[in-house]
Amino acid sequence: MKHNVYIYILVMAAVIYLIRLLPVTVIRKKITNKTLKSFLYYVPYVTLAVMTFPDIINATSYGWSGALALVIGAVLAYFNLGLFGVAVSSCLVVFISELIMKYLF
Amino acid sequence: MKDNFKVFKKGMLDGIPISLGYFAVAFALGIEAKQAGLTAFEALLLAGTTNASAGGYAAFRIIGEGGSYILMAITQLVVNIRYLLMSAALSQKFAPKTSVFHRALVAFDITDEIFGISIAQSGYLNPFYNYGAMLVSIPGWAFGAFFGVIMGNVLPESVVTALSVALYGMFLAIIIPPARKDKIIGFLVVISMALSFVFEKLTFLGETVQSFKVIILTVLISLAAAIFFPKEDEENEA
Repeated sequence: MKHNVYIYILVMAAVIYLIRLLPVTVIRKKITNKTLKSFLYYVPYVTLAVMTFPDIINATSYGWSGALALVIGAVLAYFNLGLFGVAVSSCLVVFISELIMKYLF
Repeated sequence: MKDNFKVFKKGMLDGIPISLGYFAVAFALGIEAKQAGLTAFEALLLAGTTNASAGGYAAFRIIGEGGSYILMAITQLVVNIRYLLMSAALSQKFAPKTSVFHRALVAFDITDEIFGISIAQSGYLNPFYNYGAMLVSIPGWAFGAFFGVIMGNVLPESVVTALSVALYGMFLAIIIPPARKDKIIGFLVVISMALSFVFEKLTFLGETVQSFKVIILTVLISLAAAIFFPKEDEENEA
């Protein structure tokens, strides 16, 4: 059976949009339950941390260049370099360190 | 009104590194899309309407293998279930009177990154901030996939690899400054990274369980934190 690419896209987009749409539109009030409130407060930091490591070292050609980007990125973020600065610095760390690795060793 | 415009511009500015990172990720996705037999336009449409990386990879595999529409729906539900949590967290970041219209528009682009920068805003979230970020970052996704299909192997791999780290750099810029101010968040960030590392080593869990890593760890760690370190009531901690 031949499937239509546009129907695939429609199905995918609809499912993803519903997941994103429902909680934010249904939960309109401030949650007062302390545990639930605390849970939702911690979710962003935990989820972003889980996604960052070890994925950052899996994303690069050598694990250590990703690790270096993680350490330098974390230090720069600690000193409030900001989103753009930290993002670009991390890229440069990987690009330069892998270039050195390639041509020097 | 003037305020909304200022916030919109800030969103656009913060959207630039996201857009760059998206371009790189979507470019790599585009290469997959081509292998699955999609045209550049189809890849652009898929990427632009879904803005999901893991979801994209899964989708191209299903399309390439001619899987059923049901399989597509279930797979996308599973792969993207973390957005359900992010959407719930974001519901508390809006002023309660924010209209459904604004919430529905912002919901379209609750990605890991846009969610991250939204949470990092002080006070209630102004939807115009998200509109600015969306305007800049969605084309990054869409055209990244487009160019991935038509010129997959032109960009040197070293550049694509380097760009792919942009998103992780952004995550650091979002989680580290609050971790510096709040010891509990700092502790949670370290624990989360450590457990994420350990979890990946538990290969006996199998691929299916591994694919749920983000949501499993997020729920367990955040729940433990909520029980052991309940957030003290403040007026505008949101």
